[in-house]
Amino acid sequence: MSRTPLDTVEHAAATPDVELPWAELGLKKDEYERVVEILGRRPTGAELAMYSVMWSEHCSYKSSKVHLRQFGEKAPESEAMLVGIGENAGVVDVGQGYAVTFKVESHNHPSYVEPYQGAATGVGGIVRDIIAMGARPVAVVDPLRFGAADHPDTKRVLPGVVAGIGGYGNCLGLPNIGGEVVFDSCYQGNPLVNAGAIGVMRHEDIHLAKASGAGNKVILYGARTGGDGIGGASILASETFDDAKPSKRPAVQVGDPFQEKLLIECTLEAFAEKLVVGIQDLGAAGLSCATSELASNGSGGMRVTLDDVPLRDSTLSPEEILMSESQERMCAVVEPEKVDRFLEICEKWDVIATVIGEVTDGDRLEIYWHGGKIVDVDPRTVAHEGPVYERPYARPSWQDELQADDANKLPRPATSDELKDQVLKLVGSPNQASKKWITSQYDHFVQGNTVLAQPEDSGMIRIDEETGLGVAIATDGNGRYAKLDPYHGAQLALAEAYRNVATTGAKPLAVSDCLNFGSPEDPAVMWQFAEAVRGLADACQQLGTPVTGGNVSLYNQTGEVAIHPTPVVAVLGVIDDVARRTPVAFQEDGQLLYLLGDTREEFSGSAWSQVVHDHLGGLPPQVDLERERLLAEILISASRDGMIDSAHDLSDGGLIQAVVESALLGGKGARLVVPDGLDAFTLLFSESAGRAIVAVPRSEEVRFNDMCGARGLPATRIGVVDGDSVELQGEFAVSLEDLRKAHEETIPALLA
Amino acid sequence: MTARIGVVTFPGSLDDRDTQRAIRLAGAEPVALWHKDKDLKQVDAVVLPGGFSYGDYLRAGAISRFSPVMETVIEQAKAGLPVLGICNGFQVLTEAHLLPGGMLGNDHLHFICRDQKLRVENADTAWTSDYSAGQEIHIPLKNMDGRYVADQYTLDKLEAEGRVAFRYLDFNPNGSLNDIAGITNEAGNVVGLMPHPEHAVEPLIGSGRTDGLPFFTSILKKLVNV
Repeated sequence: MSRTPLDTVEHAAATPDVELPWAELGLKKDEYERVVEILGRRPTGAELAMYSVMWSEHCSYKSSKVHLRQFGEKAPESEAMLVGIGENAGVVDVGQGYAVTFKVESHNHPSYVEPYQGAATGVGGIVRDIIAMGARPVAVVDPLRFGAADHPDTKRVLPGVVAGIGGYGNCLGLPNIGGEVVFDSCYQGNPLVNAGAIGVMRHEDIHLAKASGAGNKVILYGARTGGDGIGGASILASETFDDAKPSKRPAVQVGDPFQEKLLIECTLEAFAEKLVVGIQDLGAAGLSCATSELASNGSGGMRVTLDDVPLRDSTLSPEEILMSESQERMCAVVEPEKVDRFLEICEKWDVIATVIGEVTDGDRLEIYWHGGKIVDVDPRTVAHEGPVYERPYARPSWQDELQADDANKLPRPATSDELKDQVLKLVGSPNQASKKWITSQYDHFVQGNTVLAQPEDSGMIRIDEETGLGVAIATDGNGRYAKLDPYHGAQLALAEAYRNVATTGAKPLAVSDCLNFGSPEDPAVMWQFAEAVRGLADACQQLGTPVTGGNVSLYNQTGEVAIHPTPVVAVLGVIDDVARRTPVAFQEDGQLLYLLGDTREEFSGSAWSQVVHDHLGGLPPQVDLERERLLAEILISASRDGMIDSAHDLSDGGLIQAVVESALLGGKGARLVVPDGLDAFTLLFSESAGRAIVAVPRSEEVRFNDMCGARGLPATRIGVVDGDSVELQGEFAVSLEDLRKAHEETIPALLA
Repeated sequence: MTARIGVVTFPGSLDDRDTQRAIRLAGAEPVALWHKDKDLKQVDAVVLPGGFSYGDYLRAGAISRFSPVMETVIEQAKAGLPVLGICNGFQVLTEAHLLPGGMLGNDHLHFICRDQKLRVENADTAWTSDYSAGQEIHIPLKNMDGRYVADQYTLDKLEAEGRVAFRYLDFNPNGSLNDIAGITNEAGNVVGLMPHPEHAVEPLIGSGRTDGLPFFTSILKKLVNV
């Protein structure tokens, strides 16, 4: 863009015929025409830059918005909800005056282009969302999905992503307490790097992203603005990868966790002294987003002098400054008399802080550069009134055939030896194998409040040392189930995360989600998306757990091939006293193993069908949300009243996977018997939902059984914790040593 | 009367609050010290906590060593002030030449976080007297640059003088020479180690063990002459 003469608002009005590069910036023709219509003239270069990033799929949710509304419309009554969808992150009440904010976001595309920095800045971004709510970040979780474990490119992407998450999160001092690692060739060209964070604050400390009060100052603080990440949201995250285009590497941002750690401390200190009226982090779309969001959520307008923005590169144009996604920056609105103190705190932490503008009486966002006005817009048209698409959607023609290809018809093991071989194959398969090689690269101890961390069913953090109040979080998703049936697949993801929280003894309260799908321009993908959102919204309503916020990542596809639809669901729970938490590991020989819930012949989409037959077809396990709720109530009561010493949810891999994990973590074996009405194969590998195994001390057996009986939850005794092998009576026994070898050597062998 | 133990916060310190908690749980009074402030507030001992001070973009601990607070810490440590360096704090102590040797990147090139088995080799220092020599303990370890190195002369001297305070057992997590996890100075008032005792002070939290608590009870007993 030419800068002689400066493309001011005045200049734009006088030169209506100047061609602007709207297509290169990712805008469609009708979108550009809409901008012209809104402004009543052609936009200036700077205005075009702002509209193009803010109206991108990533920032505007233009394809997903019409569906996402259901999360609000179907939101269950919940006394816990303090701040809902639309802010940087949702906030829930967890009691004793504490509020917890949490959110999951995607950083998929950058992590494929540049795994280390892509993943690192994903952590940085979600953590700034948490700080912007007024909270101290207390933990992170990372649901990850990669291509086939033995594919050469996985060895490029995975170690980089893991090192990036560790490099950034460890340096920030945030314990990494959960997440997932899943391999499937559908993610080969589109790995999913989702990042979640939790923060804790007192109720009165909640902060919002709004600029109010004419005369209040707008302060930009944190890192200097550079040329990195320009167009990250519009170019990188909102298009399909295509080999023909030039490298997108420069669109990835570069992270500096040390700077972010300083940003956390100085922001929290400013909050503690009540210096901040409104606050917004700079993430996707950088200053364009921060200024337009703050201004449009507040009561007035805003005037910004772009010349005052501290730069890393003095040659940047105003358009580039507005679009830059340089990391570790925040924008605060501060009353004039408090500005000095705010700047003092920033100086204490060696953080650069600059007043770049102020809140005005009007309703316009005006931005100046070299004395000329280069932006004059209604901020709402930038931040909230972007295009909304009713994308066409249609059930794919192949869906019926896929669902007809039932995995229950696949050949099953004919002999005890074959059954045993399949058990070893399953627990040693990349998806079911121990992820210790990955999680040991993350700090789970820092802050000194970690009660449970992976591979536990949910991560748990103590938030009050006196009372023992704690929160738990679990994230789950199953792209294979969702491919077979997106509506129920999304519900199964929620059910699993809900169950995982309850298994550790915490009460599920609220939901955040990260919806990873292919191109919205493909009606089949759009159908998957619409079905998944409908399923999730319905299930949240039924379980009483509102969606508090989240993120949509579209265009996860390479050429014509989309990833499996992959809604990842995070459930947050609360526990009154973390001393009552229930771990996965078997604790004591002689304790009785009970299977809770109903086991049916449900193998479609299962880990068994994938590992043994490389098969995907049929219908996923049935969803019974009332059963999930009952199971959760039983697990929470049993944990609170000391009736169980360990518990593990049953999900992918079925019962045998759960028993092997509990046995290896506890260093204690188990003897199992096949209960009446089931066969050995179904007992071990079925993936029926709404189930868990628990270890009950003998002294508690009667009380536990009475409780399950009275509430109508099937509880079947299936064995006992004992010895140093896992044995299925009449079928096989495998030593813990052999199981450990199978379970723990797979991932290092593939990736170390 | 109890002891006042200072915990220095450098920019990028991460385990400063955790260390203050551990000091409190041991029965002493934690005192926050600030890297820009030379004043040690008349504390009876100092802990340099873990973290990534100044981002550790240069050699770990290399910049913190020159911070104002370290001028006083170095001067007083030489005069006998008890100083404990944990992880990044250990790195700062070697950079400050209060302890010999230095730390390189882990030999496997990854960050490592695990519950690590150690043997207490020297139970006569200010920070280890509540252990017994030869005692085996588990303390969480988490670092990127934990590989202890020194020249052969220094290693021989450390071994001969019994100044290896802790040794990794069963598994050397980072390639440290002689399996060294922690060392002491000649006087026994300055101790540095890579593992994190402050993460092993409560039965429910972190590793679920309390094997790290004796660090803080050792110094408390020494200071209040129990």
